Amino acid sequence: MAAAAQQIGGRPDEAAPAAIELRGISKAFGPVQANRNIDLKVPKGTIHGIIGENGAGKSTLMSILYGFYKPDRGQILVNGQALTISDSQTAIRAGIGMVFQHFKLVQNFTVLENIILGAEDGALLRPSLAKARGVLKQLAKDYQLNVDPDETIEELSVGHQQRVEILKALYRQADILILDEPTGVLTPAEADHLFRILEGLKAEGKTIILITHKLREIMEITDNVSVMRRGEMVASVRTAETSPEELAELMVGRKVLLEIDKAPANPGAPVLEVRDLKLVDDEGVERLRGISFDIRAGEILGIAGVSGNGQTQLLELLGGYPEKGSKVSGTIRMNGEVLDLTGTKSDAATRRRRGIGHVPEDRQVEGLIMDFAAWENVAFGYHDKPEYQRGLLMNNAAIKADAGKYMEDFDVRPRDPNLAARNFSGGNQQKIVVAREIERNPDLLLVGQPTRGVDIGAIEFIHKRIVELRDAGKAVLLVSVELDEILSLSDRIAVMFDGRIMGERLPDQTTTGELGLLMAGVTETGPVPDAAGTPPARQQGTDRPEGRG
Amino acid sequence: MDKMPKWADVILTPLISLFLAMAISALVILAIGESPWLALNTMVEGALGSSYGWGFTLYYTTNFVFTGLAVAVAYHASLFNIGGEGQAAMGGLGVALVLLYLPLPHWSIALPVAMIGAALFGAAWALIPAWLQAKRGSHIVITTIMFNFIAAATLNYVLVNILRPPGSMDPSSARFPEATHLPALTDMAAAIGIDWGRNTPVNISFFVAIAACLLVWLLIWRSRLGYEIRALGRSEPAAIYAGIKPVRIILVTMLISGGLAGMMAINNVMGEAERLLLNAVEGAGFIGIAVALMGRNHPVGVFLAALLFGFLYQGGGELALWTSIPRELIIVIQALVILFTGALDNMVRMPLERLFLSLRQRGDS
Repeated sequence: MAAAAQQIGGRPDEAAPAAIELRGISKAFGPVQANRNIDLKVPKGTIHGIIGENGAGKSTLMSILYGFYKPDRGQILVNGQALTISDSQTAIRAGIGMVFQHFKLVQNFTVLENIILGAEDGALLRPSLAKARGVLKQLAKDYQLNVDPDETIEELSVGHQQRVEILKALYRQADILILDEPTGVLTPAEADHLFRILEGLKAEGKTIILITHKLREIMEITDNVSVMRRGEMVASVRTAETSPEELAELMVGRKVLLEIDKAPANPGAPVLEVRDLKLVDDEGVERLRGISFDIRAGEILGIAGVSGNGQTQLLELLGGYPEKGSKVSGTIRMNGEVLDLTGTKSDAATRRRRGIGHVPEDRQVEGLIMDFAAWENVAFGYHDKPEYQRGLLMNNAAIKADAGKYMEDFDVRPRDPNLAARNFSGGNQQKIVVAREIERNPDLLLVGQPTRGVDIGAIEFIHKRIVELRDAGKAVLLVSVELDEILSLSDRIAVMFDGRIMGERLPDQTTTGELGLLMAGVTETGPVPDAAGTPPARQQGTDRPEGRG
Repeated sequence: MDKMPKWADVILTPLISLFLAMAISALVILAIGESPWLALNTMVEGALGSSYGWGFTLYYTTNFVFTGLAVAVAYHASLFNIGGEGQAAMGGLGVALVLLYLPLPHWSIALPVAMIGAALFGAAWALIPAWLQAKRGSHIVITTIMFNFIAAATLNYVLVNILRPPGSMDPSSARFPEATHLPALTDMAAAIGIDWGRNTPVNISFFVAIAACLLVWLLIWRSRLGYEIRALGRSEPAAIYAGIKPVRIILVTMLISGGLAGMMAINNVMGEAERLLLNAVEGAGFIGIAVALMGRNHPVGVFLAALLFGFLYQGGGELALWTSIPRELIIVIQALVILFTGALDNMVRMPLERLFLSLRQRGDS
């Protein structure tokens, strides 16, 4: 509510009009009120964080600012001028630039071609390209935004692709830069570099709006922060005057435990033994280059790494469904028995029967059938269990009974097993998946990105359940791109880079910095040469192309 | 939250579509100087006004139930089987071969055997496109429609060169043995003391069609196979994650779908013609697509939609018989119904959804 929002205190230079001012912005999609009476003031030359859980309305608000949606009510002022932003062209003309979470780049165009796309000066490209080349050189010098202008996008690392997005905005003379979850795909080193770039931009007088759900980033780089919850702006405060705990509480509306308290692990016999696992996909790209590790009973092994370094392939292979056409070698032992890697006994159903549960990385595409009711999803993957059969037909009553129990145990809301999965929030969808996999009491649980797009309250709950499973003497393989999650949950951490495990560390004997270097492919003995024979990664590996795909 | 109540989705939307189709049909009839009211009257009277009319309506309904179910089952696996026409034609060949070459003493034995023959031939005809889709990724819409032509040509060849009795100038098979003739509904009604009036082609297959509706419902919503079919149809990556084998499901689904389309032959070939004729299917395979679309791929919906199209077929025939409205116009009317209930479904649905949303919002505030 506007009334509840604390106004940001006046700084000397705030006599000037704010770069962005929103007054009473409301937007509804059908019955859903995505934004309700939002007030926001972003002073010129500051970095302003906007945090909130998934579905809090951050993206809607920014889409309104960029002209994608028309607000139902309210006023937008840019540099003190009231403005109706009807489309993105208007936003660009007003000096607003947007860096989306999912980059809007043409993969097989060069950097230069992408920069001028939509900003060509005339029918002929050549003069525009020449001009852009000059501007790009200047921008690179001013802000450490080095990118080779003639490289095609697909050859660039994710970090560099993001720079191209920033350059695109700057080329269009953006004074106000909006970044939506910019660090989701970056290594810690790349994220640090991005923050240095943002600070440079701020020093030049640019205004930056940073949308994120990572409290650490907010604390590190922003001047002010606004918190959204359920479509409302619940607070705007100076970053220096707040704490992560306070922000988390504002986001969720209640106190949250940011740290997981867990007892030391009490590992038993090895449950999963993986030796020299290799996978070449159907395009001939080596995705796994000889992975070996053990997970013992009562232990959580966390796999850290930037996404796209083989984690997905590892999970799919262990789960019994490597991508069609990939060639696999190596051995997987489960409780001492060798698992088939090919043939009819290597499928996901057989793996489940062997006691492997799997919370997949993408619950909406793999973990759930979004159109199925919650109760039908509770049987998903386990629908061939004898207790779910009744003669030729399925015993829907038994499935519904289980669904009711699981939803109770995992506090899924609303507790309506007949509701289709798509009508649950991200956190509750994930709870359904986690409940389904954990309640079968698997010997080994594979967990991919358990809290991606999940609200803080549910994160806390899911983490607790994973630790409980470990304490019950089960093995857990946790794959996550969230380093904080890996650090707080894992008993051991393995870092994956380019299809290899770069090293194993214990969470209390390592640092984000050390893991970050490993994630970028740097070990104590220096960068690892690429198997394909390309030159080794340059400084901190940030210039390396990440896995092709 | 659903956009609108279920009754509005499954009943109101098709009714409005139907009403629109009728309104435009009325305009077309007016335009050629005839009375729409008289036309409607003739159709209703001809199709539903007498037990004789009902007999024909239900006969057509039976055909459309089978082809409609065939499309509906495949749809749940996200497969668009538009090869019902060819599969039903091949089903007819199966029925003819079984009845002509196996010594079957009584219709009660002949019927299940003919059903198996019909289903096997229909399923076999769907298997090749299914295999091409599952293994080679050839799009099933393209392959099934091509297989319709191949079926028609094959049937032509078989009838002219193999099944045609010597000396006959007619490209059709010999008549099936007397013992295998299916009891017509008239006979069955008479057996329990009800006078159904004049003899009509509707026969015991009508009840087989109703049973098929029930079995399909059990298959899709109550069986493990149906669960796997629906899961694959909604999300292939999820199905693979759950250990469902897409190749197997695609093959099995198309076998069932083709089998259902083929089973239509017990009605038109065995029940009505009592011999195999060229072009026996008469477009029922294609009507099945409209029936499934309009029936929301649910057996109950399929049955109701099949009834509607049965009415349109029979009523249309009457219209051509008793009025000066040309036969071609009847096809226009049928096409309008398909257009509005199938292709233009969203035209009615979207404003309706918006209406219900605004009603709900008003209720909320």
